[in-house]
Amino acid sequence: MEAARMITEREDSIAKKGRQKAQIKCDTDSVAGCVSQRACVYCGARVVLNPITDAIHLVHGPIGCASYTWDIRGSLSSDAELYRNSFSTDLKEQDVIFGGEKKLAKAIDELVVKYPAKLMFVYSTCIVGVIGDDLEAVCKAAAKRHGIEVIPVQSSGFIGNKSAGYRAACDALLRLIEPEEPKQIKQNNSINYLGDFNLAGEAWIIRNYLHEMGVDVNAVFTGDSSYAELKTAPTASLNIIQCAGSMAYLAERMERLYDIPYLRVSFLGLEDTVSSLRQIALALGDADMIARTEALIARETALVEPILATYREKFQGKKAAVYVGGGFKAISLIKQFREIGIEVVMIGTQTGRREEYDTINELVDEGTVILDDANPAELERFMLEQGANILVGGVKERPLAYKLGVCFIDHNHDRKHPLSGFVGAVNFAKEVYSTVCSPVWNFVR
Amino acid sequence: MLDSTPKEIKQRTGGGLINPAKTCQPIGAMYAALGIHKCLPHSHGSQGCCSFHRMHLTRHFRDPIMASTSSFTEGSSVFGGGANLKTAIKNVFTLYNPDIMAVHTTCLTETIGDDIPSIIRSAEVPEGKVVFHANTPSYQGSHITGFSNMVKGMVSYFSEAAEPIKKEQMNVIPGFVNPADMREIKRLLNVMGAKYIMFPDTSGVVDSPMTGEFQMYPEGGTTLAQLKDTGNSKLTVALGRFASSDAAELLAKKCQVPVATLKTPIGIKATDAFLMVARRTFAKEIPAELELERGQLVDIMTDTHFHFHGKKVAIFGDSDVVTGLTEFVLSLGMHPVHVLTGTPGGAIGSAVGSFEEDIQEMLQQAGLEGNVKAGGDLFTLHQWIKNEPVDLIIGNTYGKYIARAEDTPLVRVGFPILDRSVHSYMPIVGYRGAMRLLEMISNALLDRQDRDAADEDFELVM
Repeated sequence: MEAARMITEREDSIAKKGRQKAQIKCDTDSVAGCVSQRACVYCGARVVLNPITDAIHLVHGPIGCASYTWDIRGSLSSDAELYRNSFSTDLKEQDVIFGGEKKLAKAIDELVVKYPAKLMFVYSTCIVGVIGDDLEAVCKAAAKRHGIEVIPVQSSGFIGNKSAGYRAACDALLRLIEPEEPKQIKQNNSINYLGDFNLAGEAWIIRNYLHEMGVDVNAVFTGDSSYAELKTAPTASLNIIQCAGSMAYLAERMERLYDIPYLRVSFLGLEDTVSSLRQIALALGDADMIARTEALIARETALVEPILATYREKFQGKKAAVYVGGGFKAISLIKQFREIGIEVVMIGTQTGRREEYDTINELVDEGTVILDDANPAELERFMLEQGANILVGGVKERPLAYKLGVCFIDHNHDRKHPLSGFVGAVNFAKEVYSTVCSPVWNFVR
Repeated sequence: MLDSTPKEIKQRTGGGLINPAKTCQPIGAMYAALGIHKCLPHSHGSQGCCSFHRMHLTRHFRDPIMASTSSFTEGSSVFGGGANLKTAIKNVFTLYNPDIMAVHTTCLTETIGDDIPSIIRSAEVPEGKVVFHANTPSYQGSHITGFSNMVKGMVSYFSEAAEPIKKEQMNVIPGFVNPADMREIKRLLNVMGAKYIMFPDTSGVVDSPMTGEFQMYPEGGTTLAQLKDTGNSKLTVALGRFASSDAAELLAKKCQVPVATLKTPIGIKATDAFLMVARRTFAKEIPAELELERGQLVDIMTDTHFHFHGKKVAIFGDSDVVTGLTEFVLSLGMHPVHVLTGTPGGAIGSAVGSFEEDIQEMLQQAGLEGNVKAGGDLFTLHQWIKNEPVDLIIGNTYGKYIARAEDTPLVRVGFPILDRSVHSYMPIVGYRGAMRLLEMISNALLDRQDRDAADEDFELVM
């Protein structure tokens, strides 16, 4: 497609570092008629809550919303597998006309008999928001009837974008963890780990590091988490947040409600992993712990550094493009690529926030294109203009990159290897290598 | 994962679904619209819908799937989506420059009652460009219904009976099948020397070759001129009652083109039936090339029938494909003990007929009995299998949970297939497609036999 075609509404959402326009427009609604890569409120809420393994996740709406989100997130579980089923009220025409409350109540009744669970989330979808079902009332009555927690998630698709869905999920989580007794006994050295969804077992890797440091992981939000574990969240002495896009709001609320301070961390790449572990040890402030942390860092870095160095040689002159969901991940990826000697020449997010774009702008080299809520035409244009060899993105970007002869890494739900921590830094380099240096590209005309 | 599925079957009154065997209308409409040349499907609703459909189709086809969205906000759902759609139409032609824009609705826009035709009429559509639409409420039917509705939209907007005498050509509506199946149907007709218009036709669109360039609108797809010309054909062959017959009936009404509704040509019987119609329509003999293929297929069937005879099989997926598969496995001497689709069954007497009746009739003719259900879910299928175990499951990727729980081999056929590749490049229709199915089924059964065999029963020659 000719590069000239751009609609004026999009101009403010794209910038090049080094030009005068420093601030790009972000965190706004998509332009109607765009092939946006963005998802909806329901999607945002579902991906955050779905990893809670022993909950029933019931989608109140027509079938689509439930079927497209059925087990699509590669969140691993060490125990319950209930979350991998797809439950829907499958609303029909008559429900739209007469209301879906009765059907919802019946569906809840049927499910709690079949699947003994202590917790159920009921997600509202577009149509529920329009026909005005009183989710709150139905859930409350059902909770009383069955003696379990039934928490409504206000996630009608049209009320905002994916970020609004993260917030709806956090609100549901806040309801879940609210203790009956307001006074909670704090446990020293016990932390909650926010914003890791245990894709490819990543939360397990971090949990092991923390364990070695002498830190107790209280609850993970929400990778491989359970009802009982999440309930203990208010007793932690510190919250650490990995995916800030989805979880910053929860951390802020927990600080206000339960007096739990929070730390932003990142376990993507060597540099961020090392500094995050140090920060955690420092925050908990125990001299032995700091010593153990340094020992861990020294050991793991010694293992990983030489491997990364060999990859750096192989990647000389390669350039990367990044298009991911949140700004936090984008920031880490810039550093992570730098560690393996690859320059990021185009970077964008679906839902990045102002301050994240500021950080991105500081980190990248002159001439890097920065864009918010990009469409495929823009991705194509800038990947080619900037000469990217590899794209990091999600499901919909993969075939686009391949068609252009550009390599690809999934840094989203479809990742198959853990990309967190020291081992993740090596896996990342390996994945980049296996695509950038694959012989298949030799056959492209 | 499915450890907690109870064996005891209780009447379910809730009306909800557990592990669905269908999805919603708009994705079917999007897929159908991709089968028009230089057409951009447009989802009139929240941006999540469009994103989900593109994601799902991308995972199945492993190709870029392009579609735009009206990006609804709270305001548009209160005041109506007219402004969004008008802006979208303007932006789509400015930015993406398709020849045709195919608008489909969603549950949201159906419920708030947006009047799409009048919005389109009052929108600025550039000279020479076309916008058409289909109503696809997600709370009715399934993705198959959505496909059917979009194809109906093509007929109602474009088909014209321009000439008094019908041309020596036929229309073929292939149904919701893979591009490879559409290619194979076209190949059969080409070998026959028959003239035809296939619509929609996603071959060359969602299986486009790697050229180092991204083409927003690949080579494939039915052209607008062809769509118009469908009104001049002497026959419409609707392959699959559920996905194709409604559009064919509408075309009959609008342009007096007679209809032949046939099964999706899966297996020898249905392929024979399809070719017989082509033969009759054009008064042509079946060419030697196809006689050879048929002969080879029969040869393989006789060579290997003892692998299949009496084997119990569960089949699930989309109505038309499941019907074809059921007929084929019956012709191999297999016993389809459980047959299920998520798509609602249709009504007896309507153009689509009744799924359950069709299948039951086939079973009766074979002197067999089985569980048959339309509008079912995989929870039900799993319970059936727990009560009557099977040797093989045939269905889409979602069957893998049951296959694992019950340690039963799974042959992946249908939509979606998210965990294997190449499937969309290989047909299951026609004689060659039947050979491929035979190979897949027999490999699955024999691999299992090898795996399970005790040392003394492990054989070299099978």
